[in-house]
Amino acid sequence: MESNNITSGQLKPRRVLRRTIGGFVYGLFLLSVCVGIVGLLALLYEVLTTGLPWLNWQFITDYPSRHPEEAGLFSALMGTVWLMAMTAIFTVPVGVGAAIYLEEYAPRNLFTRIIEINVANLAGVPSIVYGLLGLALFVTWFELGRSILAGSMTLSLLVLPIVILASREAIRAVPDSYRQAAYAMGADQWQVIKGVVLPSALPGILTGTILAMSRAIGEAAPVIAISALVYLTFIPSHPMERFTVLPIQIYNWVARPQDEFRGLAAAGIIVLLVILLSMNAIAVFLRNKYQIRSEE
Amino acid sequence: MIWLIRNKNPLPFLMGSILLLVIFLVGCANDDSSSSSNLSLVDPSFGDINMSGSVEIDGSSTVYPVSEAVAEEFNELYPKVRVNVGVSGTGGGFKRFTAGETDISDASRHIKNPKETSAAEANGIEYVELRIGTDGLSVVVSPDNDFVECLTIDELKKIWEPGSSINNWSQVRVGFPDQKMRLYGPDTDSGTFDYFTEEVMGEAQLSRPDYTASADDNVLIQGVSGDKGSLGYFGYAYYRESKDKLNLVAVDSGAGCVAPSETTIPSGEYSPLSRPLFIYVNLGSMARTEVKAFVDFYMEHGPALTEEVGYISSDETVYSANKDLLK
Repeated sequence: MESNNITSGQLKPRRVLRRTIGGFVYGLFLLSVCVGIVGLLALLYEVLTTGLPWLNWQFITDYPSRHPEEAGLFSALMGTVWLMAMTAIFTVPVGVGAAIYLEEYAPRNLFTRIIEINVANLAGVPSIVYGLLGLALFVTWFELGRSILAGSMTLSLLVLPIVILASREAIRAVPDSYRQAAYAMGADQWQVIKGVVLPSALPGILTGTILAMSRAIGEAAPVIAISALVYLTFIPSHPMERFTVLPIQIYNWVARPQDEFRGLAAAGIIVLLVILLSMNAIAVFLRNKYQIRSEE
Repeated sequence: MIWLIRNKNPLPFLMGSILLLVIFLVGCANDDSSSSSNLSLVDPSFGDINMSGSVEIDGSSTVYPVSEAVAEEFNELYPKVRVNVGVSGTGGGFKRFTAGETDISDASRHIKNPKETSAAEANGIEYVELRIGTDGLSVVVSPDNDFVECLTIDELKKIWEPGSSINNWSQVRVGFPDQKMRLYGPDTDSGTFDYFTEEVMGEAQLSRPDYTASADDNVLIQGVSGDKGSLGYFGYAYYRESKDKLNLVAVDSGAGCVAPSETTIPSGEYSPLSRPLFIYVNLGSMARTEVKAFVDFYMEHGPALTEEVGYISSDETVYSANKDLLK
C-alpha cells in the first residue's frame, strides 16, 4: 500500500469496478482476435478441403486445359514469379532511395511536405487505377506492349508508397546518436547512411518490402488491365514477353460453369498461399538474422 | 542542397549518380531470342507442323472456353505456335481488335455499328464474322418452386423493368401464390445483362436496379437454388451444369411456351433469348500462315469443341458458310 491517506476499505468498491471493466475489455479484445482467426480458419478449411484433392505435381507443371484433370497453372505460376522478381528489382532501389532522400537529405520545407502527403495518399488509390495508368503510360506511350516489363512497372507504382512509408519509418527509428557518432569519426553523409543508417534500418525495410510484395502478388485488377491474358502455353524467357498470373487464372476457374474448376481454383489458391507464406517466412528469417547482427 | 555542403568533395558523388543512370538505361535495352526449326514435316490439312509465330485472341468471357479448347487442341498439333487467349469482355475485345492489336476477337454479340465499325475502318481493319454457336439465356427458379413453368416476355418485362415494384409472385399473374419474390441476375458489365435487357426491355442496360447482381454466375446459381421465391437468368451452359439445383422456366414470346434445350436453341425456336456466339477474324492477319491454320482448324473442330465445353454449336451449314467466307 503506497498511499497512506486512503484506507484499503475506501478503495475496495472501486477496485471491484476496475476489475470488472478490465475483465470485460479483456474479453472484448480476445473476441476481436477470435473473429479474425475464425474467419481465416474457415477460409483455410474450405480451400483445403476443396483444393487438396486437385493438388498434385502435374497441376504445377501443366498448362491450362478444358479438361479439369489435365489442367495446371504452370504459365500463371511462372508469370507470377517473373512479375514479382521484376517488381522487386524496380521497387526496392527506388523505394529505399526515395525514403533515404526524404529522411536524410531533403530539407524540411513545403515541397517535401507536399511529397510526403502525396506518397501517403497514393497508398490508398484503388489498384485498378494503377492498372489503367500503366496501360496508358507503359503499354501505349512507352511502347512496352503488354509485357512483363510493363506489368512489373505498374505493380511497382502500386506498391512503392508502401515501401517508401515502411522504409522511412525504419530509417527514422535509427537513433540520431548513431549518426552523430559516425560523423564524429569523420565519415561523410553517404558513408554514414551506407555504414550506419541502412544496416540498422535493414530489418524494417525488408519487412516493409516483403509486405508490399505480398500485396502485389495477390493483385488481379491492374494485371488484367495490362495483360488481359488467361490462356498461355509458354514460359516467358525475357521481360518483353506476354504473361499471365495466378490471381487471373484462379478467377477464370471460379467463373467456369463446371464444378470441377472450383476445385482447381481452390488448389490454385493453396499454391498462392504457399508462395505468400514462404515470402513472409523469408522476411522473418532475414529480419531476425540482421537484427542479431546489428545488436552485436 | 544540403548534401553538397556536407560532402567535402561532391564530384565522386555526382559520378556515382551518373553511373546509376547509365546502368538503368543500359538495362532497358532488351534482347530478342529466336528459336530455330529443325525437322520439317507437313500436315496435309492445315500446314507445316513446325510453323511458329503467335495468334492473339481476346474478347467475350462466354466464348473464352471455346477458344481455349480450340487453342489447346491446336497446340497439340502445332506446339511452336503461341496462341494467347484473353478475356476482356466482348466490348473490351472489340476495342483491341479494331485497333489491330488482336487477330481474333471472341464476341457474344454483333460488332456495334457505327461505334466499333468506324474504329475498324479508321484503322484499316478488315474482318469477317464467323458464327460458331448459340447460347440460350435461361430463366430459372428454385427447385422448390412448383407453380412457375412458363413466363411470357411481357411478364418478364413487368418484373424486370426499371421502377417495377413487383416483389411477390401473386403480382405477376392471377393464380400465382402469395410468395415473396427475389431477383438474381448478372451485373451490368456483363454481355448477358446487355442481351437480356435488349431483348426483354427493348433497350440494352434498362433494368430495375434492386436485384442481387453478380459477375460470377455460380453465385447466382447458389442464390436461386437456396431461395424458394427466387427468379434469375444466366447462360444455358451454367444451367446445364446445375440442372438438379434449378427449375427451368419456359418463355412465351407469342408462339407458345418454349424451354431452352439442345434442340430448341440451335433451331431458333427458343426466341428471343437465344444469342449468337461469334469469332471475328482480322483478314489482314489471315495472311500469316499460323493465323490461317488456326482459323481453319477452328472451323474444322469448332462444332465438337463448342459442344464439349457446354455450349450449343451451330450446325454444319453455318460452318461450311463460314469456310466459304474465308476463301
